[in-house]
Amino acid sequence: MAKIKPRVKVPKKAAAGEIVEIKALISHPMHTGRAKDKKGNKIPRKIINKFVASFDGQDVFTANFEPAVSANPYIAFPFKANKSGAFTFTWVEDGGAEFTASKKMTVA
Amino acid sequence: MKQTTQFSTISRRHALAMLGAAGAVVLAGVPAYADGAAVAAKIKGLTGGKSVGEGAIELDLPEIAENGNAVKVAFSIDSPMTADNYVKAVHVMADGNPTPEVASFNFTPAMGACSASTRMRLAKTQNIIVLAEMNDGSFKQAQATVKVTIGGCGG
Repeated sequence: MAKIKPRVKVPKKAAAGEIVEIKALISHPMHTGRAKDKKGNKIPRKIINKFVASFDGQDVFTANFEPAVSANPYIAFPFKANKSGAFTFTWVEDGGAEFTASKKMTVA
Repeated sequence: MKQTTQFSTISRRHALAMLGAAGAVVLAGVPAYADGAAVAAKIKGLTGGKSVGEGAIELDLPEIAENGNAVKVAFSIDSPMTADNYVKAVHVMADGNPTPEVASFNFTPAMGACSASTRMRLAKTQNIIVLAEMNDGSFKQAQATVKVTIGGCGG
């Protein structure tokens, strides 16, 4: 299976009060539980079901994904830059496995 | 369900697209589809039977999706996003997929604006319904049709 790798894009610098866009993507097949492999066996459901973005330890945005979300789920959302800090992004897979990434943002 | 749509530009474009295709551009309401009932039931479950308003939600969806495996879905909601007045949650649903839910998002005032963008799978031509829950407990809804091209003729 392809390696599960998160990628996020956060502006390094932002002006105070500016609304910046955060983009996050994780490479993941998002098996819906409906597709079959070459032998005709069902591929069990395995998706990223949750994405949480937090800033300095406080959750600011959460997304819940269903199987209808495409493979390599991508999410973009706004954030109002008020102070410098660090984002932590967490993806939760079915079964409870977690993948994280973090990025710093400096507010001038 | 009354569907006074604010997407006059979108529906106008839809109208043009229909000239060449028997597009199922139905803004006449969710319950017209068999699967629409599942969406309607889901909305009822989320709202607790409260009335759902229109407006303030702007959808960004392709009119025609050539590849149903990755269809862009984006929305933005006009909201001040202050502690007293913000959008709490947004639910994206589709009425022609095996299950109606696509994704849901929880917003906080820290975001400063309410919008999100992701990609979804669509099994066939269908309606996308976006339901927004405000912090005061009221609901707003918007909907649009995406025509999904099957096969390689490119729509």
